[in-house]
Amino acid sequence: MTNSIKLHVNGHEHEIEVALNTPLLYVLRNQLQLNGPKFGCGLQQCGACMVLKDGESVPSCRLPVSAVSKSKIRTLEGLADINGSLHKVQQAFIDEQAAQCGYCLNGMIVAAVALLEKNDKPSDDEIRKKLALNICRCGIHSRVIKAVKKAASN
Amino acid sequence: MKATRRNFIKQIGYVSIGFSMVGTVGLANGGFMPIDKTGSLLGTPDKDQINAWLQILENGKVKVLTGKIELGQGIRIAVAQMAAEELNTDLDLIEVNIAETGVTPDEGFTAGSSSIVSSAMAVRNAAASAREIILKIASKKWGMAISQLQLKNGKVLGPEREMSLYELLDGEQIEKTIAKATEYKGKTIRKYVGRPIPRKDIEAMVRGQEVFVQDLRFPGMVHARVVRPPSYTAKLVTINEAELERSPHLLKLVRKGSFLGVLAEDEYQAIRLMEKAKQLAKWNAPERLPGNINVKEYLKTLPADIETHEEKGDSDTSLKQSKKQLSASFFKPYLMHAANGPSCAVALFKEGELYVWTHSQGVYPLRRTLAKLVKMPEDAVHLKAVPGSGCFGQNGANDAATEAALMAIEYPGRHVRLQWTREDEHGWEPYGTAMIVELKAGLDENGEIDGWKCAIWSDGHSNRPNGNPNTLLPAQFLEEGYGHPGIGYRGGAVRNAIPYYDIPNLKVETHIFQGPLRASSLRGLGTYTNVFAIESFMDELARMSNTDPIEFRIRHSNDERSIACMKKLQEKLVGISIRGGEGLGLAFSRYKNNASYCAMAAHVSVDKITGSVQVKKMWSVVDAGETINPDGLKNQMEGGMIQSASWALKEEVRFDAQHITTLNWNSYPIFRFPDTPEVEVEVIDRVDEPPMGAGEAAQGPATAAIVNAIFDATGVRIRELPVNKELIKQAKT
Ligand code: FES
Ligand code: FES
Repeated sequence: MTNSIKLHVNGHEHEIEVALNTPLLYVLRNQLQLNGPKFGCGLQQCGACMVLKDGESVPSCRLPVSAVSKSKIRTLEGLADINGSLHKVQQAFIDEQAAQCGYCLNGMIVAAVALLEKNDKPSDDEIRKKLALNICRCGIHSRVIKAVKKAASN
Repeated sequence: MKATRRNFIKQIGYVSIGFSMVGTVGLANGGFMPIDKTGSLLGTPDKDQINAWLQILENGKVKVLTGKIELGQGIRIAVAQMAAEELNTDLDLIEVNIAETGVTPDEGFTAGSSSIVSSAMAVRNAAASAREIILKIASKKWGMAISQLQLKNGKVLGPEREMSLYELLDGEQIEKTIAKATEYKGKTIRKYVGRPIPRKDIEAMVRGQEVFVQDLRFPGMVHARVVRPPSYTAKLVTINEAELERSPHLLKLVRKGSFLGVLAEDEYQAIRLMEKAKQLAKWNAPERLPGNINVKEYLKTLPADIETHEEKGDSDTSLKQSKKQLSASFFKPYLMHAANGPSCAVALFKEGELYVWTHSQGVYPLRRTLAKLVKMPEDAVHLKAVPGSGCFGQNGANDAATEAALMAIEYPGRHVRLQWTREDEHGWEPYGTAMIVELKAGLDENGEIDGWKCAIWSDGHSNRPNGNPNTLLPAQFLEEGYGHPGIGYRGGAVRNAIPYYDIPNLKVETHIFQGPLRASSLRGLGTYTNVFAIESFMDELARMSNTDPIEFRIRHSNDERSIACMKKLQEKLVGISIRGGEGLGLAFSRYKNNASYCAMAAHVSVDKITGSVQVKKMWSVVDAGETINPDGLKNQMEGGMIQSASWALKEEVRFDAQHITTLNWNSYPIFRFPDTPEVEVEVIDRVDEPPMGAGEAAQGPATAAIVNAIFDATGVRIRELPVNKELIKQAKT
């Protein structure tokens, strides 16, 4: 049973035919063909699927799409500006070479953007706390902290 | 003739160097293209050994075809740096292609350290020979000595003249076999090699471009999920297919023996169908695992093959006669790779041909094995390697690829995407085996180690696809009955079992068992447990002989490079202040006793009320020979340190009589940001030595440094992992 639903993603309004209990993650990846939000656990335990929902970073893997039809969703793809310039957090991840396999970057960047929107001079511990949900198996944590601080200072 | 050709269709001129990617380095497992200590080629490969190519096109572009797959180790940039240096060519002009069967060489598996060594060195040799061929042509044309000429971005420059490769080659296609190059620019000029050149792929990642196998989309692609059985040996008795087929979303229920999968147009519906199928399936699943037991005690009761791996002097007599003796038993539990992105694959079966997109670490061996499983000729099976999430050994990649293929064959004509769930990955990947290491040592009257005995209990450390389908998970559930894959590669258990110290009397013995859980290679294989044991033991022995732990190790070392690492570490620790409840611990090892050197220190703070340990900071000094990319090397080291700390403090695969019970990030926690220490890495660059990867160098020493630091803080000796808080709560100091 599918329904038509309106979604506001990265500044555009989309009308989508989907079962209303479908988690937002699958709609973003499959219907909207976005690569940023990743499937990591589907259990709200790892942060791979994070998106900005009205500015706050939230996992999208269990969030029914019907619950966000009134929200503004921003994904990794929506961070760069219209002419393609990267958001300062994205740029800082490149500058600090804060990646190994890169699977976790979506969640890290999205959570860091949400953090900097509220706190423009976070301490190491504040960064650690904000990113506590985000799993990284490759161990790039120390680089991520440097990248977030670098972005904050720009 | 040439003019005519030019008038019609001019061929694209190039120089192509065929070479061998396998065993180009003395270190690698018995290669046929030996090189000397500095990486110089000592021979040329026969025609049938050529399996890699480096091509310089007339427009100056350089292509390297290499069979390795990027796994976050930055191999791609290392290979590009090597080629750029020898060909004096901007990195932008260099393209590195990764594995695809039929296009790139059969290179076996990507395995951390050896990837950089063998791939990069082979490419360096090929690029240097290509340069020499080009300069030779130019030198003939112009009647000038080669020494007066140089190559730069696809041009040959000589005194007051230059010529593009386009002109120089004039449509000629030169195909040569690698020859011994006379000079490596990378050893002297080092414009690209040895510099922290940034990886180029991170931008695509931060922009959310298509990077991973998980991101692949094809028109008409359908979604698959596997319906997992309750245990390794479960047999499907029935499934109420009629009930499942009532769902309008079910495209197909794939049932092959006890292998069950569902296909749907929509991914979420595939998940729902899988959940429903789980409820509808009836299994015969006898409880076969040893649940509720002490794993360490249990493993010693298993039948084992006992072998003496190394014997030197007379360790029994030495131990008997020694002034002071120490013995201890160490344990490391089953650990999982626990990739952040669960395994995934896309497969298509069309007109009798099978296509699979996979993040497998070895597409050729997988193709061989998969073809046998699906009973198809190998050349009708096409595999394309696409990056996945960092896996650190063999995770579920090969299994997911095989399962996707099995389902695609049952549903021809459309791409089938199989995404493993978190529970699939946590519950079904092949784990790094649990191990026990028992050590005995004796000190002589000078407080030096005279005798050493080591006994190891371990399962095999590698069970990769090897042509026998039983190495692939779904084979266990098909009707054919492929049987248990057995122990696999035994050699992994003894990796680093011999201490890299001078000890006159020594014996190392192995007890290889077939353990209860599925096991295969995990970062560093047996090294992790062996170094954890040896370096904890060295700490105890140093204390017994009242010697500073670094001095004690230096006294037992005769390798200057080991000593240099330890001294550098000592310098870094000057002035570190340790407060109450805190401790500092040290460790050292040389990976495989023939690769990268690593000295490590950890600063921990212990809460004696809760027993919890916080790693505050870790330092390492690494000597990986000639450094190709210092930032890449540091990144590997930092990651290894954090991952090892996580293994030591948090991780343990648990199971009951039925199956694995640690199925998600709550039951199998790993380090999260609040747990992670600050990390600092110093690189000792040795240009005259061959480069060695450092992907595994930190694993053992990091854990040993942490447990030694815990002892320093509390007087509690941790000999079983993960660190047990209860033990720390009982600390007296
Ligand atoms: S995939 Fe959503 S939190 Fe892990
Ligand atoms: S870089 Fe691999 S999971 Fe974070």
